[in-house]
Amino acid sequence: MMAPILEVQNLVKKYGDFTAVKGISFDIKEGEIFSLLGPNGAGKTTTISVLSTLYTATGGSATIGGHSVFAEPMTVRQIIGIVPQELALYDDLTARENLSFWGQMYNLSGKTLATRINEVLEQIGLTDKANQRVKTYSGGMKRRVNIGVGLLHRPRLLFMDEPTVGIDPQSRRAILDSVKELNRQGMTVLYTTHYMEEAQELSDRVGIIDHGELIALGTQAELKSQVGQNETLVLAVAETDDPQILADKLKTVPGVLKADVIDHTITTITPDAQGIISPTILLANQLGIKINAIDIQEPNLEAVFLHLTGRALRD
Amino acid sequence: MKKAFLIGWKDVKLAFRDRAALLLMLAAPFLLTLGLGLVTGRFSGSSNTGISDIPFVIVNQDEGQLGTELVKVFESEDMADLLEPSSASDPVAARQAVDEDKLAAVIVIPAGFSESFFSSQDSIEAPAIELYSNPARPTSVGVITTILESFLARAEMIRAGSEVTLTQLLSTGRLQPQEVAAAAERMAEQQSEAGASNSSLTLKNVTESGAEVDFDVLAYMAPGMALMFLMFTTTNGGRSLLAEQRLGTLPRLLTTPVNTTQVLGGKVLGIFLTGAAQMLILIVASTLFFQLNWGDPLAVLLLVLAAVVGAVGWGMIITALARTPGQVSAVGSALMLGFGILGGSFINLDNMPNWFRVIAKITPNAWGLDGFNTLALGGGLANILTPILALLIMGVALFAISVFIINRRGFGQR
Repeated sequence: MMAPILEVQNLVKKYGDFTAVKGISFDIKEGEIFSLLGPNGAGKTTTISVLSTLYTATGGSATIGGHSVFAEPMTVRQIIGIVPQELALYDDLTARENLSFWGQMYNLSGKTLATRINEVLEQIGLTDKANQRVKTYSGGMKRRVNIGVGLLHRPRLLFMDEPTVGIDPQSRRAILDSVKELNRQGMTVLYTTHYMEEAQELSDRVGIIDHGELIALGTQAELKSQVGQNETLVLAVAETDDPQILADKLKTVPGVLKADVIDHTITTITPDAQGIISPTILLANQLGIKINAIDIQEPNLEAVFLHLTGRALRD
Repeated sequence: MKKAFLIGWKDVKLAFRDRAALLLMLAAPFLLTLGLGLVTGRFSGSSNTGISDIPFVIVNQDEGQLGTELVKVFESEDMADLLEPSSASDPVAARQAVDEDKLAAVIVIPAGFSESFFSSQDSIEAPAIELYSNPARPTSVGVITTILESFLARAEMIRAGSEVTLTQLLSTGRLQPQEVAAAAERMAEQQSEAGASNSSLTLKNVTESGAEVDFDVLAYMAPGMALMFLMFTTTNGGRSLLAEQRLGTLPRLLTTPVNTTQVLGGKVLGIFLTGAAQMLILIVASTLFFQLNWGDPLAVLLLVLAAVVGAVGWGMIITALARTPGQVSAVGSALMLGFGILGGSFINLDNMPNWFRVIAKITPNAWGLDGFNTLALGGGLANILTPILALLIMGVALFAISVFIINRRGFGQR
């Protein structure tokens, strides 16, 4: 890994009396994929908006490529690329026209622009549909154009703000693969998500953010070590039954560290998941609660979040 | 500057790809103009503009029969509701009253008008009746012109008929050469009393600049409609600024190496170019389809650009004060109709009280119509400098206030 391309120190962002980002500090090294993982409303998008010069910070400092985000915004904007959470495209322009417009905003022109448009269209797999208006595209195709715009000027640091929200699994897979490919080509990526699986699959390092605070930061191994060698036993309870009754009883079973309910799923943290399956089924039978599925998970980021906050990522 | 232009050009493309917007930008004003033209009989030759009590002065320097008949026509009972003529002897003072907007026009019947008309000598050229018109009251002038032309056409018809009759009487020996003049005068007297008349006699319709013109009632309606729907285009353009904020393209723009001045300038340029294109398309279309004469092309172009500046100012101030695209649309529609009425797109401001005409000047419509009508009546660039200047000042002042409000709110910033 190389020197940090992004350094954030005590970043604060307030909206009136509400503090959305509470003095977070982290850095991203050149060439890594760094994920900000947290539930909706945790402060991920606000953080990216401040770092991309869109919002002004209330306090703290941030540099990108050695340039102050707040003092040299124009220089910083040339270094970064943005893939916003919401589609930010002109529906009545074609994909090629969109790319051309945004490319020119990034100071591309002439042959360079034409070449980059063709390369990006190839990269996002829309060369044959480049001259169709974006409004005729499927959601997944629009997402790909949205990403393509962020890549046009070959940014050194790419901000991707929950780019897979609301799309089908196939398009999601394609986006995750493209992020890994971009990283292989040398691009540094700051990726925000509330999907634990995406952060696990992509990230060299992860920052876990909740209520505007960075509550954990490190490699996946470092973070998982915070929950020790505990495993997660996930129980899917029948929709007709109340999972809370079973969860409350499970907390009294020796070896169960936590038992939390999300919808009709009970997530149990324990050093020996295999060992508590029998008493769990016994309890369920006694309470007349039907268990539809049982799953044992190795330590993961979901467990880390649960361990740190007492809540699941989807809460 | 280049990026501002690119942003503006992108907005022009988007505006002309929006079918709903195109309907209101181009189809609606064109069809309304066509409809009003049909209603007012512009395409059938008769005209009903709904105006009344047109104030004008007749200076009758002619001592003959024809001059007297012309005065009678204007003072007849049939015309009592429509016209409010008065007599004067001093044409200079009367012209001055027109220049001061106290009158719609002055008709000067020159001395010797009837005599030259009855003369059988081809070498004597009939002196022209002068119509000195007020460019600020184009419709009123149009009505007076129509009546005057009709009278002169009938007078000419009488003269032609009389000549044929007298020639036949002379050739058959029923009339002696020395009796011709007296007979001709008697015939003309009888026929004009019977209500006939027509002309190789000419009507000299002059403006302050001295140019001779024909007034077309559609030349009043077409700019009225175009200006009213220009207000739609400019408010719709302003709405796009807030729409881009919501769609996320504005925040994305503000994360590219583009400053807020370029973005705002580009958006305004886009509205300006769209509005100018809309006006020019409507002008070309009405020229081709309605054979409408808008006047001096250069002056028309400059007036169009000034009118668009004025309208953009209003579009921006609404955008600056509104919080959502929906608010801009609602207020914009109300303003479009309100300014259409107040600015004279539906009513003739000549017939409105003075206070109404003063208030009307807050609208780009009133200034624009003033300028377009002046040009349609034969005026030139020099005659429309006041409306052009007023529109530019209006646009720049409103834009400056808009920028102040937008910056105070924090353009794209949170």
